[in-house]
Amino acid sequence: MNLTGEKLKREPLIHISKRGALPFWKSWLIRLGAIAASLLVCAIITYTLTKINPLSVFAALVQGAVGTTRKIWTLLQGVAMLLCVALAVTPAFKMRFWNIGAEGQVLMGGFAAAACMILFGDKLQPTVLLLVVILSSIVAGAIWAVIPAIFKAFWNTNETLFTLMMNYIVMQIIAFFSHVWANPKGSGQINTINERTEAGWLPVIGNYPYLLNILIVAVLTVAVYIYLTHSKHGYEIAVVGESENTAKYIGINVRKVIIRTMLLSGALCGVAGLLLVAGTDHTIKSDTAGGRGFTAIMVSWLAKFNPLVMILTSLLLIFMQQGAGEISSGLGLNKSFSDILSGVIIFFIIGSEFFIQYQIKFRKHKEVEAK
Amino acid sequence: MNIAMFVHSAVTQGIPLLYGSTGEIITEKSGNLNLGIPGVMYVGAISGVIGAFFYENSLADKSRINSALAILIPLLCCLLGSLIMGLIYSFLTTTLRANQNVTGLALTTFGVGIGNFFGGSLIKLVKADITSVALSGTSYCFKRTLPIATKFGKVGEIFFSYSFLAYAAILIAIVAAIFLRKTRPGLNLRAVGENPATADAAGISVAKNKYLATCVGSMIAGLGGLYYVMDYADGVWSNDAFGDRGWLAIALVIFTLWRPDFSIFGSILFGGLYLVHFYLNEFIPMDLGTQSLIQMAPYVVTILVLIVTSMRKKRENQPPASLGLPYFREDR
Amino acid sequence: MERTEAIALKNITKTFGSIVANKNVSLHVFHHEILSILGENGSGKTTLMNMISGIYHPDEGEIFIDGQPASIQSPRDAYRYKIGMIHQHFKLIDVFSATENIVLGMEEGIYDLKAAEKKIRATCKKYGFEIDPTKKIYQMSVSEKQTVEIVKALYRGADILILDEPTAVLTPQEIRKLFDVMRRMRDDGKAIIIITHKLNEVLEISDRVSVLRKGEYIGTINTAEANAGILTEMMVGKKVSLNIERSEPKDLQKRLTLTNVTVLAPDGRAILRNVNFTANAGEILGIAGISGSGQKELLEAIAGLQHLKSGSILYSNPETGREENLRNKTPMQIRNLGVRLSFVPEDRLGMGLVGSMGIADNMMLRSYRKGGFFLLRRKEPRDLAKRIIEELQIVTPGPQTPVRRLSGGNVQKVLVGREISSSPTVLMAAYPVRGLDINSSYLIYNLLMKQKENGVAVIFVGEDLDVLTELCDRILVISGGVVTGIVDGRDVTKEELGLLMTKAHHREEEAQ
Repeated sequence: MNLTGEKLKREPLIHISKRGALPFWKSWLIRLGAIAASLLVCAIITYTLTKINPLSVFAALVQGAVGTTRKIWTLLQGVAMLLCVALAVTPAFKMRFWNIGAEGQVLMGGFAAAACMILFGDKLQPTVLLLVVILSSIVAGAIWAVIPAIFKAFWNTNETLFTLMMNYIVMQIIAFFSHVWANPKGSGQINTINERTEAGWLPVIGNYPYLLNILIVAVLTVAVYIYLTHSKHGYEIAVVGESENTAKYIGINVRKVIIRTMLLSGALCGVAGLLLVAGTDHTIKSDTAGGRGFTAIMVSWLAKFNPLVMILTSLLLIFMQQGAGEISSGLGLNKSFSDILSGVIIFFIIGSEFFIQYQIKFRKHKEVEAK
Repeated sequence: MNIAMFVHSAVTQGIPLLYGSTGEIITEKSGNLNLGIPGVMYVGAISGVIGAFFYENSLADKSRINSALAILIPLLCCLLGSLIMGLIYSFLTTTLRANQNVTGLALTTFGVGIGNFFGGSLIKLVKADITSVALSGTSYCFKRTLPIATKFGKVGEIFFSYSFLAYAAILIAIVAAIFLRKTRPGLNLRAVGENPATADAAGISVAKNKYLATCVGSMIAGLGGLYYVMDYADGVWSNDAFGDRGWLAIALVIFTLWRPDFSIFGSILFGGLYLVHFYLNEFIPMDLGTQSLIQMAPYVVTILVLIVTSMRKKRENQPPASLGLPYFREDR
Repeated sequence: MERTEAIALKNITKTFGSIVANKNVSLHVFHHEILSILGENGSGKTTLMNMISGIYHPDEGEIFIDGQPASIQSPRDAYRYKIGMIHQHFKLIDVFSATENIVLGMEEGIYDLKAAEKKIRATCKKYGFEIDPTKKIYQMSVSEKQTVEIVKALYRGADILILDEPTAVLTPQEIRKLFDVMRRMRDDGKAIIIITHKLNEVLEISDRVSVLRKGEYIGTINTAEANAGILTEMMVGKKVSLNIERSEPKDLQKRLTLTNVTVLAPDGRAILRNVNFTANAGEILGIAGISGSGQKELLEAIAGLQHLKSGSILYSNPETGREENLRNKTPMQIRNLGVRLSFVPEDRLGMGLVGSMGIADNMMLRSYRKGGFFLLRRKEPRDLAKRIIEELQIVTPGPQTPVRRLSGGNVQKVLVGREISSSPTVLMAAYPVRGLDINSSYLIYNLLMKQKENGVAVIFVGEDLDVLTELCDRILVISGGVVTGIVDGRDVTKEELGLLMTKAHHREEEAQ
């Protein structure tokens, strides 16, 4: 039984192993390289599809994203809203709780706001109404998030699938009420709510309809950053996420932390819903969240759960979305073009993490024999 | 209103879900939770559409369409498109060990984007001289049913009135069920999804199984998209029309407890729930609002199944034990 | 009976980093025999066997199978050489049936579970196994799972069977059955290696015994010529002086009193049975035992991490003079009672520390609740981190470097340093020097000694008997969850400890 010869052939040429700490600048260099590579691929795709000169693709992107003051405002609003949802999912993710139900939690928050505006629009004092709107949307988002959390905490029910399903339930709830509260009757849609009285609308600062949203999200970003890195709660979240055994060892009540964190996560989603409905849209549809619940997960992941870095990652995605959207609509093409480009960029960045965490060694045959 | 018609519609509504769930079950059995399935189904559909579009447009006379080619070209395009999606997912999650949830969601964004972009821009891109993508010739070939369908009245309508892709879906589900339960590669695949370290120690290649399962699963799911657009939608592409069927397919995987044979009935049930309101309407008049509440049923039922199985902790009904987790031999 | 050589190991050496697991080991195993490999924990038994079964590859030396040089790179290769190993941690898939597990990964012939079942039943009949091939693994008892592993090896045609601590998890009746089966397999011509540290079992089952100590091969004798005394001496060796300066305990005070403590494992087995002892302030109480005898559960029970079936754990508070029962209190409740309990768990990065955090953040694990209302106070932990790095000479790029990236010795220093820093009244340490080099080990010993002199009740779980006898004032010996003796650390010999550790009188109790 001589296996020696055959053995050597089977020895893999490439050996992959976990690497030690990379210097900060090196890991960011790899990430920046990945972004550059993805932009190159994006340019090639754009060129093949539109025949725009690859160099002017980037000019067109910039032009499309920040070409005018109005575009800059839209961009900032887009970043703010995406960032808000990303902030919401981050505490849960740091705890390794896979909440992919942010879409539904945002919608629930928005729905609660819309419901209050419709039901109490002419019954309550404007300030009282506004308070009710704000509170109910936050509570609604939190409730929608805590349901799967309770089942996770007590029965270890798979939260990924649970939260995913919850998204579609809330969409159907909104579809139902869109008929009940249809305006005009029978249209199956809710038009701008309280258009005349503007009851329950968030106030507008000066002449800038998006400014309030942007400011609120800016404050939230700092708050979540502090919460995660400097508060006792944030510390507990990090410990539970890393090892439940360690958490138990130091006497953390793991169930309590899971439920509390998801309440927070849902409440922040509720805020996003509030800003969308009471702040800008003044109506509710089943696509009000606009897929942000899913994109936010990627924003948070790409930023390694750091709220300050998330500003950059959401900016990158929104920038591409808006720029590519402008390119495609300028050429009469479908605006989903931007989703393709976003997908490519995300693939490259998540793929690049591998090269930060692992190293690849090419094994020489001689060494194997010597062993 | 008749029951045969209802069953017929429920089945045609359920077939895309069946394809999607069969594909996702095979994928999940390898431990990969591919949340990109909705995107894969979009890509499967649009790849088929693109293939058919070019074929139909290359014909001078559309009435002289060759039915073999009209089926084969979209079919192959669909399989190729879905395969590429499966490869992207596998490469990122298995080779580069990227997080499965994030990769899956990105794949969905990407795939839905591709579907809607090409669906909405195809005409513009090739500067064709038509108003919308309507592949009636191809659809006609795809929709051909057995001649006996009309001979047996209601029985014929319930059992024989479908196109070949519908029967193929059921066949694939049965084959998948047999494959998973009764064959050695099926056993190996399940071992990889349950406990990759043990499978590895037994000499089973974890990466190979994950790649194969994910790619084959994607191709099967892609067919669901093709069926939807060519048969259900009569060859007419409209953006976002496919809707949340991809997510329903994932729900179906849980609902049927990871069993493709159950999925045959599950998909028809979900398909029926999707449209039951049209039919109930004839007996109990209801408004559109109530109908949307009924459409909620598949999701609610799925959550209930998820909760009940997690409480009962019956081992056979649990998700594959290593679902969603990366495997790296040296982590042991 | 013809004796043909099945395996020969020649000068096998294996190192992991700076730790030598096996040094120049040579061994012979014949067909038609059962060979015991005897040795304490950490003596390199399992590492050696893993090299035969393809998990590791030796750094030096050669393996011969049936007289031919062999290259075993993977478990699959091992099967080709007809070697089957039954690991302590079974490699089975829970939701599969026995048959499915047994045929998993095999490629020969058509896939026919019914035929496989038949073949399995035949094998079972031949050797006297009792398993239902259609039963799922998760429905099986530990003993049944082990049987599946053995049948799996036989099914793949194994001629050489290696069993790693097979009796550790079995009841006496099950052990008897296993031994019957092993004898039948031997009579069938198989070569069987059993790794164990239980003397009575060695004497009962094996034909020859090979002894390893600290990675080195000590010798082989025929079981017929052996007795417990000879084997123990071979196993523990002559006393090695470590020069630990042990001070006389003074001012002893009762600190912890355990009475009739019983803890059940999740499967209902008693993992601790009627444990009684007192730990005093001002002394080091050693806990000796084969690993897995209940040491981990004992410490966890005191720390509030295990549910007590019965019994009590009384803490005498030196400040208030009150006695508090810690039974079934959470770690939080225990701390809130004013009990200053420190615990260095065995699993340093999985339980004691958070691997992704730096030293400073890990210092906070115990104290983060203190001070402030909502925000963390980072200054004290940072200062503490700096102090510990300096005092314990921890090698790290900085207090923010994730502790996962530090070497084993430095990780342990971080953990011990933190636990000592909270000026505990009770300090429990499980295997605190495992994997550490000599210097770090001495540093830890001295730290424990200093704590004792400061009037702390120190509980030290160890595996090296030399260390236990030189460091501890009293030594509690635990075997199979039962206390088999509490002896004076100054008088006891290693042989006496070895005998107590392998004492199996509780088995009879359990059998009733």
